[in-house]
Amino acid sequence: MTAVQEKPKAVAPSGPPPRRRGKRATALAGTDKLVLALMLGIPTVVHLLFVWIPTLGSVALSFSRWNGIGGFEDIEWIGVGNYVEIFSEYPRFWPAVQHNLIWLAFLLVVPTAAGLLLAVLLDRELRFSRIYQSALYMPMVLSLALVGFIWQLIYTPDGGLLNSVLGLDKPVDWIGDSDINLYAVLVAAAWRHTGYIMLLYLAGLKSVDPALKEAASLDGASASQTFFRVTFPVMKPVNIVVAVVTVIEALRAFDIVYVINKGRNGLELLSVLVTDNIIGEASRIGRGSAVAVILLTISLGVIIPYLYQVFSKENRT
Amino acid sequence: MTATLERPVPAKKAPIRPARIALHVFLVLTCLMTLTPLLWAVYASLRTYEDTSVNGYFSVAKSLTFENFAKAWEIGDLPHFYWNTFLITVPALVITLVLSSMVAFAVSRFSFKFNIALLMLFTAGNLLPQQVIVTPLWRLYRLIELPAWMSESESLIDSPLGVILIHIAFQMGFCTFVLSNYMKTIPYELTEAARVDGASVFRQYWQLTLPLCRPVLAALATLEFTWIYNDFLWALVLIQDGDKMPVTSALQNLKGTFFTDNNLIAAGSLLVALPTLVVFFVLQRQFVGGLTLGSTKG
Repeated sequence: MTAVQEKPKAVAPSGPPPRRRGKRATALAGTDKLVLALMLGIPTVVHLLFVWIPTLGSVALSFSRWNGIGGFEDIEWIGVGNYVEIFSEYPRFWPAVQHNLIWLAFLLVVPTAAGLLLAVLLDRELRFSRIYQSALYMPMVLSLALVGFIWQLIYTPDGGLLNSVLGLDKPVDWIGDSDINLYAVLVAAAWRHTGYIMLLYLAGLKSVDPALKEAASLDGASASQTFFRVTFPVMKPVNIVVAVVTVIEALRAFDIVYVINKGRNGLELLSVLVTDNIIGEASRIGRGSAVAVILLTISLGVIIPYLYQVFSKENRT
Repeated sequence: MTATLERPVPAKKAPIRPARIALHVFLVLTCLMTLTPLLWAVYASLRTYEDTSVNGYFSVAKSLTFENFAKAWEIGDLPHFYWNTFLITVPALVITLVLSSMVAFAVSRFSFKFNIALLMLFTAGNLLPQQVIVTPLWRLYRLIELPAWMSESESLIDSPLGVILIHIAFQMGFCTFVLSNYMKTIPYELTEAARVDGASVFRQYWQLTLPLCRPVLAALATLEFTWIYNDFLWALVLIQDGDKMPVTSALQNLKGTFFTDNNLIAAGSLLVALPTLVVFFVLQRQFVGGLTLGSTKG
């Protein structure tokens, strides 16, 4: 950082007066222009080709009937037929929507509350704070697939930790019973998600101006009043990030249910309905793409407000 | 931290003790609960099949052994799958950082009209659920033919190259976002001065800006390593030959290989988790720092 500040001082006097920012691009030499074009162009092309073109592809294919194996000439365009079918006949669709919604609600409530509480508790001068934080962050580095494996050792009816601790006469099949397996899996997913939320809130709490809290307590606010009326509202940007991260996480959920039972028997999710068409037995690309478009629509519902929030702030500064 | 020093709280010091103890008790219990699943897996992995099948898992171990790890390592052919992961993770990680730092440099040093739009595109792309992309991508990969020296399957499907490419394309969004935010904090005068001295754009990027970004690059590298290592979906869909799978996606097959020997499954899972756990313990500051950087501005 010191280097950053010293260098221009030494050089600036000899150079021409600094130009306006807007003129920089025009003042470039030919090779520099080419280099810049490549630096911007190659990554952008890669990103567009492998992320956005397939996204548009999903939208297009959602209006088609196709098995995905044959050539493009086999594609039959059927308009909104896939959507009609999904909403009215496809038996796995509404359960999947319901499960995704439960997933979202659960993640929005449990890990957020737990993460916020832990962040508040740890946001102080505290002995062993680093050790606590390390322990709480640890699940975060495991893949959701691994989380599925590790938690099966807890849930399994034969010798699993949970049944042993509960000591019930008849062991509960936490994973096999379609009435409860979603919640069992959600506990595992929340286990991993809590550390991340705690991390976000810890960073958020550190960025809150202490003078605000001080002013509130001088005005006679209690600790909880200070938190809920001052600190929490000031952390609005963090709250938005937490909301976005959680919604996206809930929509992406796939690995853990796939590892456990390939997303069947009470663990259907929208993501499973999409992938079933390429790696599962169904091969109805059109219908799968229509589900993907539904996922896309929901996710854009949070992505666009988020981008607006982040980049409009950027424009102002 | 300064807050606690500045705040006038002389009265609070004495009666705080019992509350502090309660806080520590609560935190210790929470941490233990958090670690329980992992510790349980470690415990199961250290016991023999004979022991647990007779006494159950919820019992005091007769003896502890590393046998399961050796067995899982061998039966699961783990070195082979670690190698597959390595072949995907390292190139994907390096190229992602190079490409995204280029975009971030261009966007933060030059004011093109499309800067914000481009950043938005990258950021949005990274937030999409993978399933939105995966079907057409899978078909696109089957379409793209490659010479045999680039891919055994002669197309992007069933090739590590294809998985590397989608990791790059997808992860670039996050890295570009974080790096451009960081580069904006580097004074303009620096590159301005270098240009006046006749440094080319590439030198301004490679020799001037990148070295200053070392801390962020380290943080991003740590994060991206765990994310790419942990990927399950891309490889599962884009690689059909089980032999070419990276280790995380290969777990699924290992489950079949290990039958229902939970001790082996526990050992295998821990072995797969090991690289990310090591990275976490050694580079925790970078890991946490990277995630924080990604969140403070977005």
